[in-house]
Amino acid sequence: MTTAAIAGARRGPSVAYLGVHRGAIELKAFFRERDAVVFTFALPAVLLALLGAMISGVYEGSSVTSAQYLVPSMVAAGVASTTFVNLGISVAADRADGTLKRLRGAPMPAAAYFLGKVIMVLVVTVAEVVVLFGIGVLMFDVTMPTDPSRWLTFAWVFVLGVTGCAFLGIAASSLASSERSAGAVMNLPYIALSLVSGIFYTPISALPESLVTMGSLFPLKWMAQGFRSALLPDTILAQEIVMSWEHGKTAVILGAWCIGGLLLCRTTFRWRGRGDG
Amino acid sequence: MTESLAARVRGLRKRYRNIPAVDGIDLDIGTGEIFALLGPNGAGKTTTVEILEGYRRRDEGEVSVLGVDPQRAPRSWRYGIGIVLQDVADLSELTVGETVRHFARYYPDPGDPDQVIDSVGLSEKTRARVRTLSGGQRRRLDVAVGVIGNPKLLFLDEPTTGFDPGARRQFWSLIRSLAAERGTTVLLTTHYLDEAEALANRVAVVAAGKIVAEGDPATLGGRASAEVSVSWDEDGVRRTAHTSDPGQLVAELTGRHGGTVPGLTVTRQSLENAYLTLIERDR
Repeated sequence: MTTAAIAGARRGPSVAYLGVHRGAIELKAFFRERDAVVFTFALPAVLLALLGAMISGVYEGSSVTSAQYLVPSMVAAGVASTTFVNLGISVAADRADGTLKRLRGAPMPAAAYFLGKVIMVLVVTVAEVVVLFGIGVLMFDVTMPTDPSRWLTFAWVFVLGVTGCAFLGIAASSLASSERSAGAVMNLPYIALSLVSGIFYTPISALPESLVTMGSLFPLKWMAQGFRSALLPDTILAQEIVMSWEHGKTAVILGAWCIGGLLLCRTTFRWRGRGDG
Repeated sequence: MTESLAARVRGLRKRYRNIPAVDGIDLDIGTGEIFALLGPNGAGKTTTVEILEGYRRRDEGEVSVLGVDPQRAPRSWRYGIGIVLQDVADLSELTVGETVRHFARYYPDPGDPDQVIDSVGLSEKTRARVRTLSGGQRRRLDVAVGVIGNPKLLFLDEPTTGFDPGARRQFWSLIRSLAAERGTTVLLTTHYLDEAEALANRVAVVAAGKIVAEGDPATLGGRASAEVSVSWDEDGVRRTAHTSDPGQLVAELTGRHGGTVPGLTVTRQSLENAYLTLIERDR
């Protein structure tokens, strides 16, 4: 009997099983790195608390304050931060410190690695959203919606947003040549997109048209708009670019970024660092 | 015949930007052997091993590892392979126990994690974070991860680079005992001659992408047949003779001196010299 026949006859653990265990390991490693945890959660939270405290006023024709308007937008930025930025940095770190090399030499399918990352990112992102909701409720008197259909809207926007941003983060991680440069590489597009997507500068209709057009090409603007549609009363629609939540368009654009991001991941993903041949 | 070989390589070539890194290498590594690829930095050892591990694609040649071409190997092929990487700094926030238990999950027939941790001498560190380990302990953890799947073939790429002499000796005895207990085939790369001599049954010396000598470490480069120098003191003068039969010369000297020969030394060309001669031939 040849060795190949012996190896082929043994059935190994499934992708789902390995992916779940990768997720558990990723979460353990993430939450043990205290400073990374604190800053990952703190950046959007501090921005929300500070920006919300700086702006005041109530939008005409509605009961929504500027700070309340900021909350769903910052939730979208928080999702982008934990998925795009955080995941991009973590994949770049895995490439730099040998994690990817070790995994590639082990009988572990790539899908299990990515599934593990997705699980890690989902848990971290949900926690981030809870923190931001907490700040919104405690500091800015945001009332959480009670209508299940609004939560449904929140859920699908969240899933599409997390998925798309996560794929883009993995793809962008290949741009960083080292773990040290990854933070800078990931933060530039994040900050730039937050600005042109009307996150920090409210309401979005106050942005120059050219910037809005640019922001509309990317998922963050649509995720923020989707979250506003779920969390704010419809009386605020007057402050949007068009007088509609555009759910259909949001779903199409976020969905397209999920597919495009996946393709980008598959074509650009590198197991090795650049200096590594 | 091929089936008793853990790895078979014929005419392996690999270029980086048109510079040959591996320039026609043939290897036969028998099952159960501890085989060392010995050579200076940049000789092509790591490239060769990475092709065998399935990390890199070759430009030319035939490669079969555990009966399978690594370039087309299914995931199950990796169940039979263990890899101890050259320098990695991953896993730092996990504990030793968590790491080994996690990697055990990847294999259909893994070893017992606690036993494997014990066999590499890290029992007391089971609950320690990986980042708190010393260089030598970290390397032993890498070995534990390498053997947790009960591999048939273990790759060790320059395993003791940066170790102090004590740690190297400890590491060597670990590898020797693991190989003896499990009958694992080991393919080792090193640029330390004493490491090859201490661990391997067979050594291939690589220089400039080619194998320049191969064989038992003790007879490497024709050392066994080389002349031996015999020195002694006679009439207040230091004398040296080169001979291929030192026994006869010493017997003669003993006879002439009627017993003890003053200042007698018998020196065989050192392995170090044999090795340096081999790798310098190609420079």
